[in-house]
Amino acid sequence: MTDSPRILPAGDSAVLVEFGEVIDPVVNSRVYALFDAVEKSLGDKVVEMIPTYRSLLVVYNPVEVTFGEISDQVGGLLDGIQGDSETSATREIIELPVVYGGEDGPDLEHVAEHAGISAQEVIDIHSGTGYLVYMLGFAPGFPYLGGLDERIACPRLTTPRVKVPAGSVGIAESQTGVYPNESPGGWQLIGRTAVPLFDVQRENPSLIKPGAEVRFVPVDSHD
Amino acid sequence: MTRSLEIINPGMQTTVQDAGRIGFQRFGVSVSGAADLYSFQIGNRLIGNEENAPAIEVAMGGLQVKFNGDSTFALTGADCFAELDGIRVGTNLTYDARDGSILTFGFAQQALRGYLCIAGGIDVTQTLGSASTHVASEIGGYEGRAVIAGDVLSLADRTGQVAPGSTDVNYEIPAASGSVAVRAVLGPQDDQFSEKGIKTFFGSKYVVTDQSNRQGVRLDGTEIESKDGRYDIVSDAVMNGSVQIPGDGKPIVLLADRQTTGGYAKIATVISIDLPKLGQLRPGDELSFEQITVEDAQQLVRDQAASEPSQVVQAVEPELFTVNGAHHHVGVVQNNGARLVSVDGTIYPVDWVDIDPK
Repeated sequence: MTDSPRILPAGDSAVLVEFGEVIDPVVNSRVYALFDAVEKSLGDKVVEMIPTYRSLLVVYNPVEVTFGEISDQVGGLLDGIQGDSETSATREIIELPVVYGGEDGPDLEHVAEHAGISAQEVIDIHSGTGYLVYMLGFAPGFPYLGGLDERIACPRLTTPRVKVPAGSVGIAESQTGVYPNESPGGWQLIGRTAVPLFDVQRENPSLIKPGAEVRFVPVDSHD
Repeated sequence: MTRSLEIINPGMQTTVQDAGRIGFQRFGVSVSGAADLYSFQIGNRLIGNEENAPAIEVAMGGLQVKFNGDSTFALTGADCFAELDGIRVGTNLTYDARDGSILTFGFAQQALRGYLCIAGGIDVTQTLGSASTHVASEIGGYEGRAVIAGDVLSLADRTGQVAPGSTDVNYEIPAASGSVAVRAVLGPQDDQFSEKGIKTFFGSKYVVTDQSNRQGVRLDGTEIESKDGRYDIVSDAVMNGSVQIPGDGKPIVLLADRQTTGGYAKIATVISIDLPKLGQLRPGDELSFEQITVEDAQQLVRDQAASEPSQVVQAVEPELFTVNGAHHHVGVVQNNGARLVSVDGTIYPVDWVDIDPK
């Protein structure tokens, strides 16, 4: 569905593998397949990697390996990479209990009104599907999720809130997401999870991992 | 008694930094770290610290601190015209502060960021493997923020032993001239720009705007033309030194505090050995870009890694002299047989003439 991936220099200390320029589950699954392959085969040559919607950045130390060498080695792994949106069986699933509406989701009624349906229907639609974590970015632990049902898409707030509580679940246009930490933000807030999403004390600080699947589970209270 | 550093006046923006937080970018965690890594590391070497020991980064100046306990320290990077107990101290030399000594920064006239490296390093809790402060996400450093008046920062036990008055005579502050050229490798999204746009980028002088900070240097100057008027891309990873071109066609060069991903096409990436220069740019400075191949850039990195680090040389017991009622620090610096004199932090070459004591 895309041309063969491009291997490009991102300065003298990183190589970028571009799989395309689209937001697409198959393209994204190839990014994570390559991430796993590089980690397994070239782990000791790699400083770190940043996977995104459609590319993988591999950071390396140019004193130890040249651009030509690392390009060949990463390129050699591409042949074994499969891209498949149906491999969700192998995806880690993260279930987040969410209290919808009320103080936790002050914009739920507005989203329902905008969609021309009831608040309960918004909750049913939002919690009725899994969301692919295309990537993390913007802020520590912030997931870019794919797969929001267009029926509950809703424009951002005209005036962003100065403080959005940690764990808030929101909608912005046809995206949904969850704020790992308190921050300013303009998303329509429909609920909140009390599960800590990002904690620097954990060896793996982010509960939500890139390439995983998030499911929102409606609950009555945070107990 | 635990040695510490008490903040009397925080200045414009003063943070604890080390070499940065590596390995967590895929979770959206910014690298942060010293914006001028080179000056930061020289400072640590001067006082015998481990190269990446946590130090204080000062933007422009204005910092005033009190030392609790005796400490050797060095100032590197931008010269912020500091005074120790009222006596001028220069950059690139080590000094002894006594218990109760007050170090007062003025403001840099050239370059932007000064480093205060103290024997042992700043003792803050390591967060995800680093002491660096990332203010936007409130991670690391002293309580995840820039320091404020009244903060007391503990100092770790001294590691190396270097005499006061040591210096590194080969060290120069990156980008102190106000007109800076950096080398950059084309890409990764150079194919999104027209031939004219790429020529503009490498052929123009840009001016650093006051919208610049530790996240990035925002430039003003000739607009860079994209191929089809499109500058946005589907979000992609970024690097230290990535040159993004947003819709107004004016470059933004990303620095230590950058986010991990971005949605603007990147025309080029500044090479790693020129990154310290970017960290010293101040509003009004001129910046131009020279094209280099990735192979040549990597050769420069390997050459630098293979070269002997420039020598830290030691002064013979700098003394406090009083001349016409004014106090001055005067020391003799020995460097491979050549003898130099340091006066209040500035090093002077001298002709030595034997004087007949008669």
